[in-house]
Formats: sequence, structure tokens, C-alpha cells
Amino acid sequence: MSDFIVLAISCIFTNNILLAQYLGNCPFLGTSKKMETAIGMSMAVIFVTVLAGIITWITETWILKPFGLEYLRTVAFILVIASLVQFVELFLKKSIPGLYAGLGIFLPLITTNCAIMGIALLNISAEYTFMQALVASFAYAVGFGLALILFAGVRERILLARVPKPLEDSSIGLITAGIISLAFFAFKGMV
Amino acid sequence: MTKTLTHEFVKGLWKEVPPLRLVLGLCPTLAVTKTVENGIGMGVATAFVLVCSNILVSALRNIIPHQVRIACFIIIIAAFVTVAELLMQAYTYPLFLSLGIFIPLIVVNCVILGRAEAFAYKNGVMLSLADGLGMGVGFTLSLAALGAVRELLGANNLTIWTTTTSVIGLQEIFGPSFQPFTFMVEAPGAFVSLGLLLCLMNLVGD
Repeated sequence: MSDFIVLAISCIFTNNILLAQYLGNCPFLGTSKKMETAIGMSMAVIFVTVLAGIITWITETWILKPFGLEYLRTVAFILVIASLVQFVELFLKKSIPGLYAGLGIFLPLITTNCAIMGIALLNISAEYTFMQALVASFAYAVGFGLALILFAGVRERILLARVPKPLEDSSIGLITAGIISLAFFAFKGMV
Repeated sequence: MTKTLTHEFVKGLWKEVPPLRLVLGLCPTLAVTKTVENGIGMGVATAFVLVCSNILVSALRNIIPHQVRIACFIIIIAAFVTVAELLMQAYTYPLFLSLGIFIPLIVVNCVILGRAEAFAYKNGVMLSLADGLGMGVGFTLSLAALGAVRELLGANNLTIWTTTTSVIGLQEIFGPSFQPFTFMVEAPGAFVSLGLLLCLMNLVGD
């Protein structure tokens, strides 16, 4: 059990998917201008990452490995993730309209979110067992949400500040992300 | 605006250079630019996939049904990424190792899908080739520039190419007494230097 807690903490803080592994930066900058969109995106990412983590792990262990098809991993994973996203979207629309209304517009964006694919690949390259992959996927996604929501909070304040013209928008966003990343850097010694 | 081959090529080099003007494809831009060598390697691999997928998407644009176009683009892109991955594993093994999971992740690089959707699906093969080539070269140059800044300040070196036996590049440019900023080769340095580079691009303008 304590192993899982250590794994979770290291995935959320020390190896934060956004700020230490540089994955998922496009939605990070794109959806962080408002707190609401940041929360919506974080929830959608947590939801899809856990499902994608499970399914890609099964694909790798039960289909690709036994048949020696590891070189098809990229194609297989992207297909699995793309169809999963499509399926989740249809399922939510039909069965849980309330959740769909909240996550809806973020779901199509997730297919090209490199955090999802990246986490699936990280699970495989770290050779996790099923439970470890499940915990790691969830923890990475929570780390993504944490960083995104923190960043959105800072960014809402920047909107009220006077920023020099050339630094506006993405430029100041990236520099702020750098400073938050420096704060997360302090977790390095923790695990 | 007339659509000429040179116009489509040149716009990718300055006016619409992907990571700096369109702010797309940031993950590889931030992650692999610890050294110039990794930046160039990643840029060339991405450019290869971009050019090939642009050509194929544009050649098949009348066959691909509109409703499932995104899925088709993704399969085409994934196929070329696999080709690039296997080629790099065979011929540039050290680079393959140091780029790690970012090679398969070219498949979710939004620049490539973005160009397939916004350009190749609507234009002819030659124009798409020029567009892909321009964007690819622009992407490679921006990655190399960012890599140069980070490696120079963070490690005091400029590595152009590493073989199994030797390293081609400049070592200790500021002299042996220069204390490198470790900050620059780590994650925070990546964000800050890209932010400053964007600011510089905004200052210079079109």
C-alpha cells in the first residue's frame, strides 16, 4: 500500500506531467485563461486518462506483446485513445447529459492532448503492473489538474495587471509557468 | 493573396513559424531542447512526418470522406511516425535514446494535424509539399535556436552531432571558469526561455 502512495506522490508532484515532463502544454496554455474552463479540462483529462491508461495497458500486455507487435505501439495507442474518446463522448451524451454538458467541449480536444498518450507510453516504458499503471495514470492526471488550476488562478490575476505589449498573452503565460515549475522543482527531494 | 509555391514555403519560415507564432507543438519544443542536437533531431523527424503526411493527405483529399477525415489523418500520421521511429532506431541510435517517448509523441503534435486539416485537405500536392517543408524547416530552426540558448547558458556547450566515438560541436564557449546555469537545462528554464523568445518575436514583428 505504501508503495502506491509513494508512486502517487511522485507522479503528482515530483514528476508532474506538465511542469516536469513537459506534456500537455497546448491545452495548458489554451484553457487556462478562465478558471471554469481549467476545471472542466482537468476533470475531462482525469476521466479519460484513467480509462486510456487501463485500456492501453491491456492492449500492450495482452495483444501487442504476445504477438511481438511492439513496433505498432504508436499506431495502436493512438487508435485506441481516439476511439475511446469518441466512445466516451457518445456514451456521456446519451446516458449522463449533466456530465456531458460539463466536459463536452473538452473531449474532442483530448485526442491530441499529448498528456494522455504520454502517460500511456510512460506506463509502458516504466514496466508498471496493472495496479501501478492505474494509480500512476490517475495520479499523473491529478497532477495535470492541480498545475492547470493553479496556473489558471495566477493567470486570472495577470489579466488585471499591466503587462508590457510584447510580453502579452502566451509569452507572459510561459514565463509564469516557468516560475510555477520552479516551485514544483522544490519537490524533487521529496520522493 | 496568390498561392505560389514560394509563398507557401516562406510563410512557414517567419510569418507563421509553428512554435513561436502559432504557439502550437509546444511539448516537443520545451522537452527536447536541452541541446542543439536534440532540437535539430526532433525538428527533422517532425518535418519528415509533416511533409509525408501533407503529401498523402493532399493526394487522398478527394477520397477521404469529410465525416471521418480526422481519424484518417491520424492513421496516416501514425504510420509515418512509425516509419520515422524505426529509421531513427536503426541509423541514429543515441539520438533515438535521448529523445525517448517524444518520438512516438510526434503523432499528437498539433502542428501536423493542424496542417493536414487547415492546409493539405484543401490544397494540391505541390502546394502542400511546399507548406509542409516550410513549416518543417521553421519548426527545426526554432527548436535549434531554443536549444542553442539553453545549452549555451545551461551547459556552456554547443553540441551539433554526437557519434558513438566523438562529439562534434563547441565545448566551454565562455571559458572553463564560467558557472553554467543548471536552471536553464531543467524544466523552468525551458518555459522561461521560450516565453522570452516569444516576446522577442513579438518585438521584431512581421
